[in-house]
Amino acid sequence: MSDHHEAERRQELHGYVIGLILAVVLSALPFGGVMLGLLPKTSLLWLIAIAALCQVIVHFRFFLHIDLSRSHRDDLQLILFSLLIVALMVGGTLWVLSNQRHMMG
Amino acid sequence: MRHFLLGSLGYDALPFYSLIATFAASIVVLGALAVLVFVTWLKGWRALWSDWLTSVDHKKIGIMYVVVSFVMLARAVVEAVVMRSQQAVAYQNPGFIPPEHFAQLFTTHGTIMIFFMAMPFLIGIYNFVLPLQIGARDVSFPVMNSISLGLTSAGAVLLMISLCIGKFSTGGWTGYPPYTELSFSPGVGVDYWIWALTLSSVGNTMTGINFAVTIYKKRAPGMTLFRMPLFAWTALCISILMIFAMPPLTVATLMLAMDRYLDMHFFTNELGGNMMNYINMFWLFGHPEVYILILPAFGVYSETIATFSNKRLYGYTSLVWATVSIAVLSFTVWLHHFFTMGQDGNVNAVFGIATMLIAIPTGVKVYDWLLTMARGRIRVSVPMLYACAFMMLFVVGGATGVMLANPGFDYQVHNTLFLVAHFHNMLIPGLLFGMLSAYHYWFPKAFGFRLHEGWGRIVFGCWVGGFILAFMPLYIVGALGMPRRSQEFFEAVYRPYLWVALCGAFLVLGALVSMVIQLWTSIKNRKALAVPVGDPWNGRTLEWSIAAPPPEYNFALIPKIDCVDAFHEAKKHRDAWRAPEHYFDIELPSNTPVGFVCCVAGGVFGFALTWHIWWAVILGAAVFFGAIILRSFNRNTTYIVPASEIRENEERWLLTLRETAFIDNDAMFTTANNGLVKEPI
Repeated sequence: MSDHHEAERRQELHGYVIGLILAVVLSALPFGGVMLGLLPKTSLLWLIAIAALCQVIVHFRFFLHIDLSRSHRDDLQLILFSLLIVALMVGGTLWVLSNQRHMMG
Repeated sequence: MRHFLLGSLGYDALPFYSLIATFAASIVVLGALAVLVFVTWLKGWRALWSDWLTSVDHKKIGIMYVVVSFVMLARAVVEAVVMRSQQAVAYQNPGFIPPEHFAQLFTTHGTIMIFFMAMPFLIGIYNFVLPLQIGARDVSFPVMNSISLGLTSAGAVLLMISLCIGKFSTGGWTGYPPYTELSFSPGVGVDYWIWALTLSSVGNTMTGINFAVTIYKKRAPGMTLFRMPLFAWTALCISILMIFAMPPLTVATLMLAMDRYLDMHFFTNELGGNMMNYINMFWLFGHPEVYILILPAFGVYSETIATFSNKRLYGYTSLVWATVSIAVLSFTVWLHHFFTMGQDGNVNAVFGIATMLIAIPTGVKVYDWLLTMARGRIRVSVPMLYACAFMMLFVVGGATGVMLANPGFDYQVHNTLFLVAHFHNMLIPGLLFGMLSAYHYWFPKAFGFRLHEGWGRIVFGCWVGGFILAFMPLYIVGALGMPRRSQEFFEAVYRPYLWVALCGAFLVLGALVSMVIQLWTSIKNRKALAVPVGDPWNGRTLEWSIAAPPPEYNFALIPKIDCVDAFHEAKKHRDAWRAPEHYFDIELPSNTPVGFVCCVAGGVFGFALTWHIWWAVILGAAVFFGAIILRSFNRNTTYIVPASEIRENEERWLLTLRETAFIDNDAMFTTANNGLVKEPI
């Protein structure tokens, strides 16, 4: 029993360590990009955006333990629904307000 | 003037600027005093404190929510009657209400009706019914529930205080800037509005989280999502709507507050402010809010129509999907509240079409309800009357909604009474009638006796008649071009319609009085109206399977569910109300004053911010957060109800049950009803 427990614990720790490393790398990349200034501005912005998205996924996968398995289906559905709503709200706001700005310009 | 101790509060804040204001303030003060005297006369202070204010029992919190909502309903209806009276005499005549006071009236009427009547009413009903319906002992976070109630009540109290000290906002319930910015509204009114709304919307967000988690985590074993009663489904949808829709409101009002307090320029005319973003964010909240208000009524009607038709709900799955699609679509239509704000025709067309789409799932629902009634054994109870009135009137409102969804038409009638008639036509049948029928339907479960049936019918008649008389004429004057929120008008043709509307308003006032009489008569005759067995309507869902009023632990044993309407199936197979062989200890959350402390601290915080009394702002915030942090150190947060006590309690109830005779369906509305009804063959 305790062996099994021990193995489980080790596996969990393993997951957290991978998550931590990925999170640090994904934070270091944009910081490094800005501090060293090696990239032109547009590609820098893309780099930051993509790193941020990956960061979100890493957090979900390794720290909140959301994956595609059946037992996490509810959580995954809620996250996807949240994404849909945020996309509607943010995308809609940008669309409407930029349209108004254009009409008044 | 600006004093350390009192901020900008001074003698001139007292309501002696007009006779009507003085009168209204005196009623609030006298009403509060009367309550204090009444409680003292009953020697009820201890009971009030330990059984109610500090209780975390979802049933009691639900009842307190409904009490808050009734108090606020009374005030807002009176305000409506005053406004209708003013308009009835306002043809080329300043009438008896000056413009600024009239603006306060329509602002408070709208704010109260949405945030402090409708929201507490539906949250209260869900609080009481939802855990019982899904077979849970309480909500997932009972203390948070009590804090939510505290925050909503603090907001309601702020509104009541604004009647006595200072003036309320004149910016309408939506509070559009730049008018509500400091340069155009320098008084405290808008600040009252901001803090009352912020307090209540934070409370509502927490309620949404609480309900959603309760439904996901605390359903009885075997109750899959698709075995939940439809009322619980609407609870799931509105709690998700609350989680996503309340934050934009909180953000919008807080940004407006930063403009007013910290000299920022989010929504000002100058320095890059964009007031259109306020309107955009307000309706990002506001449209889902419409469905937060209407879906609960859909849920109630789904329960009452099935129960009083004695038939399984027709098209359960289609009703669930219709509810879910309405919830999702509600996030795609917010722009129809500001078609005329200046975006191009394509944007308007997209949102217009999305709006019309919502009529489809709503139509599905109406057909499902009609088909549930078809060939059922219909009993014409008060909830059933409300449901029928709703179906007829709501279709009219829906039709005018589809008209308004057309931007071309909307350009013609926006800002007229046509719009006012439309949304009252949606919200009175689609929210208030639903909640009133829920009140009538679940009252015997909550208190152990039925409400007086005859007076219930009078209340119904007054509400429906009053609504029709008050709002159908407004469609006509709206189409004729009468602007909403007019304190005076100069077009003679409006006059007869406004007189009819005034008659309607008086009838609604009559409904309010009848409700008080109904409650009074029912309490007086509570022995004759008692339904101790707990199933007075031959119900279908779990809440009817336990005693009325329910014991604090709800279910002695959590039931196992294997189909929709499991309790009704059990009754059909004569398998209901079986005595369990073993009883077990039950762990329940114990009382805590933290909700009440948060209510007082939140109220002080809001009031002090309104009047710039900075020491009290800090004190209120410190006590609020301090109470929550202190609470987290308390490890003894539950108590045990011993199995022996439960056995005694349940056996007493089961004995009553065995001794009670089954009554016929036809005798349901007579005093023969003790809460046990025979299944019709």
